[in-house]
Amino acid sequence: MAYSEKVIDHYENPRNVGSFDKGDDSVGTGMVGAPACGDVMKLQIKVGKDGIIEDARFKTYGCGSAIASSSLVTEWVKGKKLDEAASIRNTQIAAELSLPPVKIHCSILAEDAIKAAVEDYKKKHGKDQAAKEKAA
Amino acid sequence: MKPSLKFPIYLDYSATTPVDPRVAQKMIPYLTEHYGNPASRSHVFGWKAEEAVEEAREHVAALVRCDAKDLVWTSGATESINLALKGAAEFYKTKGKHLVTVRTEHKATLDTMRELERRGFEVSYLEVGADGLLDLNQLEASLRKDTILVSVMFVNNEIGVIQDIPAIGELCRSKGILFHVDAAQATGKCDVDLQALKVDLMSLTAHKTYGPKGIGALYVRRKPRVRLETQMHGGGHERGFRSGTLASHQIIGMGEAYRLAKLEMAAERERVRALRDQLLAGLNQMEEVFVNGDLERRVPHNLNLSFNFVEGESLIMAVKDIAVSSGSACTSASLEPSYVLRALGRSDELAHSSIRFTLGRFTTQEEVDYTVDHLRTKVAKLRDLSPLWEMHKEGIDLSTVQWAAH
Repeated sequence: MAYSEKVIDHYENPRNVGSFDKGDDSVGTGMVGAPACGDVMKLQIKVGKDGIIEDARFKTYGCGSAIASSSLVTEWVKGKKLDEAASIRNTQIAAELSLPPVKIHCSILAEDAIKAAVEDYKKKHGKDQAAKEKAA
Repeated sequence: MKPSLKFPIYLDYSATTPVDPRVAQKMIPYLTEHYGNPASRSHVFGWKAEEAVEEAREHVAALVRCDAKDLVWTSGATESINLALKGAAEFYKTKGKHLVTVRTEHKATLDTMRELERRGFEVSYLEVGADGLLDLNQLEASLRKDTILVSVMFVNNEIGVIQDIPAIGELCRSKGILFHVDAAQATGKCDVDLQALKVDLMSLTAHKTYGPKGIGALYVRRKPRVRLETQMHGGGHERGFRSGTLASHQIIGMGEAYRLAKLEMAAERERVRALRDQLLAGLNQMEEVFVNGDLERRVPHNLNLSFNFVEGESLIMAVKDIAVSSGSACTSASLEPSYVLRALGRSDELAHSSIRFTLGRFTTQEEVDYTVDHLRTKVAKLRDLSPLWEMHKEGIDLSTVQWAAH
């Protein structure tokens, strides 16, 4: 399979590889996919007090396109508000990386990973909110 | 990087082998000088070609120890398998309609069996054990009164395991059932003795034994006689089994390739075994590396490994200095992992993480050394990227994780 230059660049020099502490309040973690399907993505966002995503990390088990898709979105989400990040569409990812049709699922997975990370962060803080309200 | 190494290093000998230069030399005159049609009886061009074709037939027969008259030239193993299975099923369909094969067979067999199911035959697809081998009791239990044919490959193309062809042959013969063997991956790697084996039909190819692509043969036993319904009609070549002008240069190539295989097989096998052991020892120094298929009952040319927590396609992309194939068929646009590894009961992660290394006549020790270093670097890099590796290192048992399906 011929990969686009951008896929190869992200694959060979993946951006923002690593992990944040899952337990950290400012971190939202999204884990999507399944080993049975051949790809698993873990995307983490670190959110500032102003609700802006300050930093992101990923780890991906999957083909080159899956690795490139997740590497790309860690760059894209930085500096975005949560809702802005969650509105990134897989078609934008696929277009940026020139993914062939058989690899579109990699971009869908990356979109899902952002949504799951944002969701996780919101859940953590929704709970905090609820706890605070109870205490009050 | 040693200057003597040429990149990429070819470790995909089970996909195809280079044509041995000695074979290519032998073929060339039959393209440009002795170009006669072997079926031409009226002049020396035809006689010369026919003589060379028959000499090649003798060389092929000598490697597998059969009578040269029992061999039918075809375009390769896929055609041989089609002719054997469809030809026998159609000829013997009044005797019965049940056929037996194995889940880990090559697609040439499995797809032909599917076609025969569409034509009204019933096919049993037998499971293999975790070692990739067929259990004889299971085979015996699958046989019915109306079973007409059993088809089992000699050497598996993905994992290299050698099935117990002598015992399966005895069983089939005792029940009066035809036995077809796909020996595409066996010739030049293990001893094939059709005088001793109770095999009725055997499919052969040239291009996995240092011969050219596009030529193969089907062994059709005459004593006791096996009948086939012809699949290719025309001028009645090859005793009517397979019409079409003989590809004399290809045939001469196959003959020379098999002649060399017979001469050099024993020494080559030991040399390759040492290289394979060196490769395995080097790669086994990493954690979580698993051999797929039995390591003893296996041709030494094959090493199929799973690098746990690393996905096969990304690993192949990473190891671009070596030419290998992935057990996972992601690259062929199907997202299913290898059906062969699934049949061994391998977990999804392991099935998706496999690489097939196949070594051969021109593999060197330097190439193996380089491959070990290259793999170790790339696997380590991809594991640093892998959330599964991270979870494994945290002590999480992945089989207990609820994955979100997608």
